[in-house]
Amino acid sequence: MSLRTLPLLFLNLGGEMLYILDQRLRAQNIPGDKARKVLNDIVSTMFNRKFMEELFKPQELYSKKALRTVYDRLAHASIMRLNQASMDKLYDLMTMAFKYQVLLCPRPKDVLLITFNHLDAIKGFIQDSPTILHQVDEAFRQLVETYGNLSEGEFQLIRQTLLIFFQDLHIRVSIFLKDKVQNSNGRFVLPVSGPVPWGTEVPGFIRMFNSKGEEVKRVEFKHGGSYVTAPKEGSFEFYGDRVLKLGTNMYSVNRPVETHISGTSKNLVSRKQESISPNPLAKEELNFLARLMGGMEIKKSSGPEPGFRLNLFTTDEEEEQAALTRPEELSYEVINIQATQDQQRSKELARIMGEFEITDQPRRSTSKGDDLLAMMDEL
Amino acid sequence: MFRRERSIRLRGSAAALCNNLTVLQLPARNLTHFGMVHGPSAQLLSAGPEGVPLAQRQLQAKEGAGVSPPLITQVHWCVLPFRVLLVLTSHRGIQMYESDGSVMVFWHALDSGDASPVQAVFARGIAACGHFICVGTWSGRVLVFDIPAKGPNIVLSEELAGHHTPITDIGTEPAQGQDCIADMVTADDSGLLCVWRSGPKFKLLTSIPGFGVTCPSVQLWQGMVAAGYGNGQVRLYEAKTGTLHIQISAHARAICALDLAPEVGKLLSAAEDTFVHIWKLSRSLENGSIEVEHCHGECVPDTQVCGARFCDPSGNSFAVTGYDLAKILRFSNM
Repeated sequence: MSLRTLPLLFLNLGGEMLYILDQRLRAQNIPGDKARKVLNDIVSTMFNRKFMEELFKPQELYSKKALRTVYDRLAHASIMRLNQASMDKLYDLMTMAFKYQVLLCPRPKDVLLITFNHLDAIKGFIQDSPTILHQVDEAFRQLVETYGNLSEGEFQLIRQTLLIFFQDLHIRVSIFLKDKVQNSNGRFVLPVSGPVPWGTEVPGFIRMFNSKGEEVKRVEFKHGGSYVTAPKEGSFEFYGDRVLKLGTNMYSVNRPVETHISGTSKNLVSRKQESISPNPLAKEELNFLARLMGGMEIKKSSGPEPGFRLNLFTTDEEEEQAALTRPEELSYEVINIQATQDQQRSKELARIMGEFEITDQPRRSTSKGDDLLAMMDEL
Repeated sequence: MFRRERSIRLRGSAAALCNNLTVLQLPARNLTHFGMVHGPSAQLLSAGPEGVPLAQRQLQAKEGAGVSPPLITQVHWCVLPFRVLLVLTSHRGIQMYESDGSVMVFWHALDSGDASPVQAVFARGIAACGHFICVGTWSGRVLVFDIPAKGPNIVLSEELAGHHTPITDIGTEPAQGQDCIADMVTADDSGLLCVWRSGPKFKLLTSIPGFGVTCPSVQLWQGMVAAGYGNGQVRLYEAKTGTLHIQISAHARAICALDLAPEVGKLLSAAEDTFVHIWKLSRSLENGSIEVEHCHGECVPDTQVCGARFCDPSGNSFAVTGYDLAKILRFSNM
């Protein structure tokens, strides 16, 4: 499918990750300057120039599992630590939120407005750091350069690629359930009212023309929905009113982060199929992933600053319980098997992942390759 | 009025692709075959009148280099004068099977040629036209394959140039008569339509310019072109001249599938707005101009429809697939 999809997928999921972390940092009463430092560290890693260069190269999408390793690394780009259950939950929330946005996206092209909404909000998080702000602006410029002149057909292919990435993912998210935008079976509600996309007429008319092209007759028919005309088109400029609300921060103190993890029997079947058949391309994927993540520079946390653990759940007990009860089909365990079988090939990835340390865990092994495998075992 | 029938369960859900349903009617055996794309695989199944699936089969796209298995773009049954073939298009090439999907009789690898590295290379848009099978490609070229009455001796007989953006869909005249000069119409991402006359050499009769939106689905019936667009419009043109006769603000979101019931001239339009509409096309007895009438509208709640087809030639039943939905929904006239 489209080879231009990864930057949009990465930036939007990253934006959702920052919304959630921001909300949890507040909920956990992490002091303001510390919280700001965490967000700054993550945003500057996310928008690292070398990493952005790799990201914007034409390439296929990674599997959900492989992409998770990228966010795992990103989430740990600061002194903050997340354990597996919290990381799982974070990734679930991010993916379901962006899936919702892509599904509801009025025109395929509007996926760009969703991305701009995320970038606008990210700029708000780091507004006190001119250097990082410059990095984000640079990514913005790159987005406009890459996507500014794409045809509608190319955007349609991008949207289809994204929807295929999110296919069969039906995790119930309480904020969506409360807002009645998600049904209890995990499927999203598709409204049949409200504004039509920009450039679309409210359905309900048949116009007839004569051979000279003059309208000679107009009749109405009953469409079944109740739509209104789009008020105006969102701005694709550097600054401006995006009009579209998809991709803005939906969390607040009163709207906390919660999930219901549910595997319906249906997606259980399709997930099982995915994990039973060994993916012969996993090796190659690891190589691509290594190249991508090679660009992600993690500043080793030096200095005396103590780390802390962020919990995506209300209590530690809840977090433990979630780790035990997570449905099998939602676990991200396949990649580690491939990595074990292919130690040589994953050396490069190992080298990169070697930098990645979970400080509050005493696990130490002899080779970096083992480190990688052990870390992936945790995923 | 249409009534919802028992839906058919699938092993996997439908991918968000346009025209993602193909139906082969076998009235003699009281069976209907359905086919749709899941992503890296396509699913085929046959069902009796009660919607009970009898046999299922999965087809994969031929593997190649790349990070992920190649995705299938479309699957379609081509009814030719002497045989029926199942055609599957992907990001690698074109696969043709015997109608039950059991034996692959032909494989055509796509040539990425002078494609830039960002260009997605794929085939999409499949139709039978006489003893030819026509398949669209990413470059805008339409490949014409000459199909023998039996056997695997399929040859690429011609490449049609007319489009410059990826082909989306191909419509052909189902009931070919003497007076049908135009018997094929091709559509592309820019909304451009090309009307052709088939033969040992295909002839471009006319082209209908786009207007800035994609045209994901197109049909041809008795000299009328019906085109469904990305802005929810259905437009009806005179095939011979390309003149626009009817413009319907039919849907609130992009249209993803059109289908025709050739015996009665009913047109099915399905869109991402969760609606399916049925229209009746006709010609004025006075001056022969194109006329249309709205017959039925059906909402498929919370379903981004991605495929829709009539299940009989007189348009009394139809089937719908939706993104992320692991079933085929069926409706029939009461």
